[in-house]
Amino acid sequence: MHIRRSHDEIAANRARYEEHQRQGLNATPKALPGKSDKPAASIAEDRIIHREIIPGGWYWSTRVKANEVLRISLDQGLSTLSLIAWNAADTTERLNLPDTVKVQWTTGLAKGRVIFSDMGRVMFSIVEDSCGAHDVLVGGSTASSNAKKYAGANGPALRNTRDNFVLLATKAGLDKRDIPAALALFAPVRVDADGKFHWKPELVQQGDYVDLRADMDMIVGFSNCPHPLDPNPVYAPNPVTVTRIEASAPSADDLCRTATPEAVRGFENNAFAAL
Amino acid sequence: MTQFVQTSSARTLTNAVQDHYIPAEAPFSTVVKKGQILRIEDSYGQQAIDTLFYNAQDFSERYSSQDTMREQGAAYISTGTKIISSEGRVMAVMTADTCGRHDTSAGACSCESNTVRFGHYTKYLHACRDNFVLEVSKHGMSKRDVVPNINFFMNVPIEPSGEMTIVDGISAPGDYVELKAEMDLLLVISNCPQINNPCNGFDPTPVRVLVWEGEDA
Ligand SMILES: [Zn+2]
Repeated sequence: MHIRRSHDEIAANRARYEEHQRQGLNATPKALPGKSDKPAASIAEDRIIHREIIPGGWYWSTRVKANEVLRISLDQGLSTLSLIAWNAADTTERLNLPDTVKVQWTTGLAKGRVIFSDMGRVMFSIVEDSCGAHDVLVGGSTASSNAKKYAGANGPALRNTRDNFVLLATKAGLDKRDIPAALALFAPVRVDADGKFHWKPELVQQGDYVDLRADMDMIVGFSNCPHPLDPNPVYAPNPVTVTRIEASAPSADDLCRTATPEAVRGFENNAFAAL
Repeated sequence: MTQFVQTSSARTLTNAVQDHYIPAEAPFSTVVKKGQILRIEDSYGQQAIDTLFYNAQDFSERYSSQDTMREQGAAYISTGTKIISSEGRVMAVMTADTCGRHDTSAGACSCESNTVRFGHYTKYLHACRDNFVLEVSKHGMSKRDVVPNINFFMNVPIEPSGEMTIVDGISAPGDYVELKAEMDLLLVISNCPQINNPCNGFDPTPVRVLVWEGEDA
């Protein structure tokens, strides 16, 4: 059974979509601020809840509370840090990258953008970002991607992101069914006109950093393994520093909460869920 | 219905082992055995067909969009594309594609993301995530098993700048893809009900699913 919608109904829906599309593609990116200054502003010692240096190849997970900030910094050289997250109160709610990119009309995450869960709520705000070169499409490495890339040298010493996430999910009482598609921070992947992926090493440097504000209480998992598209033939991830910083309430004119109509509505969903 | 296209002497309408009509906006699932050929037909054109695959023997192994994109080295999928699982194995290979444009970056529509994309007043509209949750529930799975999917026939160009937007589909009535199953698969489809963007021309239509025995079986 199929009842065709009326021409008028289709035309009205199309007009509405095209207006959203016009605003999303044209108005919004111009309002975003560009890259954060380097070096990163220092953090007062009494505001640091914890600092973890994740060695190359390893994983770490932590709980965060709403409004705390995670500073992720390449202060010991280049690396890619993959990230996944669950709502601490209901782990069936998790990071959703397809929604994150679709809702914001871009695969390019940078300062001013937000990261959505599968329930239409904001998990993180990117409050600072000195490089804007992250990958939402390809995600992390696996045992087989390592085996292909580091031929003859594969083995337990060449740890991979998939296995790291299985480990950290399991230790959090979850399992591999709970692992969402991963955000790869400091992975300068770009897509050409044919859809092919390219690695743009000039977009990331030592000293780059990202400040992610948690917008709900979460379990956050990290894996510090080379990105599968990183052309370096040597497996050489450097340590990555994650600093968990005390919460302070965002101001009324907070950039990430106000930059786009989509973010405004996402935060309205957060506020309603918190009632 | 559209004209049947015979892509092989062994594949006729009469010897198909499965032939399903999926109404506009509806969910669907079936098992496709290793070696069988699956055809998903966009019967009326410009319809997004949101699709997930699970290993029929072990549902914890399922479609992985990121592994599939990495394996292709590209964001789009077409003839020759290997559909890769969360365990890094080939689930299926796309053996034919008359359309040439399918998305696996933009995921499924949901009541919740619709509120963010289009406004809170779009919350009470039927959406793919609800279709997926209902359909996987029949197989003992839940929302946590609903992963980023393939959108057959959905047109989502990604610009070098990262800019990404859903635009009018280019599929014509009767366009189809064929995939050869490389393991026993549970196929789960949400025939997208989205009327807020042009993934189905704002007018969802029925689709068809056919399955044949493989020729080398
Ligand atoms: Zn949909």
